[in-house]
Amino acid sequence: MRLLLTPSQTVGPFLAIGLPWPDGPFAVPEGTAGAISIGGLVLDGAGEPVTDALIETWQAAPDGSFAHPDDVRGPGAAWQPGAGAAALPGAGAEPGAALPGTGGFRGFGRCATDREGLYRIITLRPGALPGADGRTEAPHIDVSVFARGLLDRVVTRIYFPDETAANAADPVLAAITADDRRATLIAAAAPGAGPGAFRFDIRLQGGRETVFFDV
Amino acid sequence: MSTEVPAPPAGLILPSYQRPAGVHPPLDTPGYRSSLLRAPKRPLVPLAQGLTEVTGPLLGAERVTAADTDLTTRHGGQPLGERIILTGRVLDSGGRPVPDTLVEIWQANASGRYAHRVDDHDAPLDPNFDGAGRCMTDSGGRYRFITIKPGAYPWKNHLNAWRPAHVHFSLFGRAFTQRLITQMYFPGDPLFAQDPIFNSVPDPKARERLIARFDLGLTQPEWALGYEWDIVLRGRDATAFEPEEGQQ
Repeated sequence: MRLLLTPSQTVGPFLAIGLPWPDGPFAVPEGTAGAISIGGLVLDGAGEPVTDALIETWQAAPDGSFAHPDDVRGPGAAWQPGAGAAALPGAGAEPGAALPGTGGFRGFGRCATDREGLYRIITLRPGALPGADGRTEAPHIDVSVFARGLLDRVVTRIYFPDETAANAADPVLAAITADDRRATLIAAAAPGAGPGAFRFDIRLQGGRETVFFDV
Repeated sequence: MSTEVPAPPAGLILPSYQRPAGVHPPLDTPGYRSSLLRAPKRPLVPLAQGLTEVTGPLLGAERVTAADTDLTTRHGGQPLGERIILTGRVLDSGGRPVPDTLVEIWQANASGRYAHRVDDHDAPLDPNFDGAGRCMTDSGGRYRFITIKPGAYPWKNHLNAWRPAHVHFSLFGRAFTQRLITQMYFPGDPLFAQDPIFNSVPDPKARERLIARFDLGLTQPEWALGYEWDIVLRGRDATAFEPEEGQQ
């Protein structure tokens, strides 16, 4: 039996009534060892901030595992959740970092943009993942953007600026041949904000439009 | 609109989720004015579904209480308007129920006014209605809310533009690929024909899947009208994730 899908509709301007959670931006509690922040502006085609957007993030734990039954590298698999950075090149795992379900790491973040168009997520660095054709996917975070004016969510990815080797080997980044397009997917170290702070602006439209994916 | 999809990861046995070709509205829908400066202009880049895409947050139970499913009893008195029971199942396109998944809703009050600082429609707020609800689906994928029927409201998209009455729905499913936010409408609404958001869905039959069904059987005598609306999320491709059938 195949059922026909329910179409998407825009979240409209009033998503703040139903969607933000007080703890939404915190994929880990603030102050967790190894926590990082990722934030930035959501901008429209005129360069104006989008003040009624919602950003959602989903990512692996620092050891590259997901607290999910379809992470099939379970018991018996060659690579197991919890095997840590040694199993994969480029993994951003940190010793003692929280594992899913054990350290309060949710893997999911949700933040509405504020009156300046800014969002901010507190999380842990994701690990690298086995990807297409046996290649390794560099550490990344999947992002959904919802807003008035978007009839369906748009999806992008955040990569890290200090993962040069892993990024160079990443099959998703490699498929985007234009340097300026690929650069839209790589966060910047937030100036003056310490080693764990990253800036990732999302440009919905315009000359430096962010790369969005069809998943 | 079909794009070439990169090969799935080799060596990993992952489910793959149906691509929703032709179902969702095109992002570039000029009749919806807000899309003009917000819809991306560049084509979407096909992304192979890997571990990040076939997994997703399985959460919500810890943040839902029984009171969250009844939008009519949360304040001192009863909200004004037509009380309704709104129920249905969350399914995937393979017909499987999606159990234990978070459903979030938000809506205008009976006068067509949202309890939100930027809603300037000249209609009364209702101190007994905030318009937000959430629940977890049960083991059969069923959700159930008690609320009031929202009113239609004007917006400034074009001259004399009015939104048909609707309830916003947010669904997670079990994978990042299944995430869906949409709107549910009420049957027979005379405002459908002039609404660019409803009509942004290109296929008229797909549009009808956004409309709930009135159900006298769900209706409770002397108390509330019943509406049923099933939501279908992207399912797994039939050939994937069946190791006994061989994997390639």
